[in-house]
Amino acid sequence: MSNIRKAFENGKAFIAFIPCGDPELDTTAAAVRAAAANGADLIELGIPFSDPTAEGPVMQGASFRALRGGITTDKIFAFVKELRRDVTIPMVFMTYSNVVFSYSADRFFSACRDLGADGVILPDLPFEEKEEFLPFCHKYGIELVSLIAPAPESRIAAIAKEAEGFLYIVSGPGAAGAKNEIKTDLASIVSVIRKNTDVPCAVGFGISTPEQAKEMADIADGIIANSAIAKLLETCGADAPGHIGRYVKSMKAAMQ
Amino acid sequence: MTNPNGRFGIHGGQYIPETLMNAVIELEEAYNHYKNNPEFIRELSALLHEYAGRPSRLYFAEKMTQDLGGAKIYLKREDLNHTGAHKINNVLGQALLAKRMGKTRLIAETGAGQHGVATATAAALMGMECVVFMGEEDTIRQALNVYRMRLLGAKVIPVKTGTATLKDAVSEAMREWTSRISDTHYCLGSVMGPHPFPTIVRDFQAVISMEMKAQILEKEGRLPDAVLACVGGGSNAIGSFYHFIEDKSVRLIGCEAAGRGVDTFETAATVNTGRVGIFHGMKSYFCQDEYGQIAPVYSISAGLDYPGVGPEHAYLHDIGRAEYVPVTDEEAVEAFEYLAKTEGIIPAIESAHAVAHAMKIAPAMNRDKIIVITVSGRGDKDCAAIARYRGEDIHE
Repeated sequence: MSNIRKAFENGKAFIAFIPCGDPELDTTAAAVRAAAANGADLIELGIPFSDPTAEGPVMQGASFRALRGGITTDKIFAFVKELRRDVTIPMVFMTYSNVVFSYSADRFFSACRDLGADGVILPDLPFEEKEEFLPFCHKYGIELVSLIAPAPESRIAAIAKEAEGFLYIVSGPGAAGAKNEIKTDLASIVSVIRKNTDVPCAVGFGISTPEQAKEMADIADGIIANSAIAKLLETCGADAPGHIGRYVKSMKAAMQ
Repeated sequence: MTNPNGRFGIHGGQYIPETLMNAVIELEEAYNHYKNNPEFIRELSALLHEYAGRPSRLYFAEKMTQDLGGAKIYLKREDLNHTGAHKINNVLGQALLAKRMGKTRLIAETGAGQHGVATATAAALMGMECVVFMGEEDTIRQALNVYRMRLLGAKVIPVKTGTATLKDAVSEAMREWTSRISDTHYCLGSVMGPHPFPTIVRDFQAVISMEMKAQILEKEGRLPDAVLACVGGGSNAIGSFYHFIEDKSVRLIGCEAAGRGVDTFETAATVNTGRVGIFHGMKSYFCQDEYGQIAPVYSISAGLDYPGVGPEHAYLHDIGRAEYVPVTDEEAVEAFEYLAKTEGIIPAIESAHAVAHAMKIAPAMNRDKIIVITVSGRGDKDCAAIARYRGEDIHE
């Protein structure tokens, strides 16, 4: 069983997105530990990109501050390697295609294996382009997580059939960011996924409250909280990890 | 030149969020359906003739030719189009397409404001809602065009993120499209972004070289020796090159904005200083750092101030079919002033980059050689900024 699959063995999975280097890597490390200690099942670590076209303002701000602070792919790799000495929770990286391409896909995924990352999420790499990196992922045993958005059944089925790791469902049209009212045909998307794969699926983009987490987790196998944790880091800085721990605990509790 | 999945050699593709895939698939289907539809072609062609003022003139710049003392110089006058630039060619095509797709709202990015003005114009003409994203920095550099767009009924949204220039306007327009696909068409202004945009925009701009070829054959009885155009994303350049790509005797020269020079960090000369990368939906050349972070680029010209280049240009560069040369701010400003004084034509500062390179190569060419420069737009919008560049205290 892949390490990512294990994240879905403990009830509904809570996936915590944590942007690296906002405000600095010591806080990122404390945030990862706080999330893991309070019930998170998988950590999605963001490697910042200068122009994150799939993100809303909160994530743009996190990327901007991290890069301004001098964060690089190499610094993040060294940081994760250190973190992996005692943090065993499944981890995936989230970044943009150019960060991987520029590092050279072979070097990037080989580094992922060496430092103990389990998967990669690239929001600007749709199904049509995944061959760009998939051979390198397989070479080094890294799972490439596919995203699914509201789409015709045939498209959802095609993506689901070739899925690995978990499926990242974008809950509705709209760049990432908190929404008050989620309107989505999530149930029908999930039913198409179930017909085509046994790879677990989690809902991301725009879930911030325990109520939303429960509503989504009743349908899917897990949820991804991204802008909520990034927002805590933005507003509380080095004091964020304590708040993140309490937040993760409340979300995980609401989902069970 | 496009293969089925939108590739030009290794370049192009569709590197976009899954949330946009349906929209580009729908667009490709609609475009393939209408591009050879006689009714669509008739309607577009009527608009280009009656509304935009095509065909644009191919003008023999006799004084410039004599002054430079070398090759014969012709100017392809896209500046004479309605709205003052080549951008209208593409916008009328896309707006007609969007209407047929049942869209009621156009969104666009703009750098210098020319594409925004063209989109606002088409939206006004066709009764569509229009929202234009423009880097805040550019709304200051091109204040007159902001007013023109508002006058035409468009809403202009200043983009404050990143470097607050063209690339950020593109990112913001993509985000807006993601959040509102059902009634909105993203009217992309250059031969860039995910497939099918580089192909659609090229096809609508190819009218430039189609006319140019017929006009030069009529005037000179032969093809030109070189065609020059400025390149940011590269829409007027690909439009100027397209029908000459198979004519190997015609040199195709794209003039990039070097800003303060290709040996400085203040440049936007993508092919000359960039590396292959993946951004804004395409694989192509980009100005970026060693970790793939997109570089903040610089040019005096807001329309060329973009860190990437269209994938077909990247391919033409790779196979050696087109040359891409850097032109600095200073050279472009000198050419801006030169064309005004010599021919009584004030070119857009973007187009002045192509004029500047012609001024470098024409004197060394024989008098029986022929150069065509595409004057992609008019320079009224730039007068205040150039005056300030020259130290004059002038404000609009």
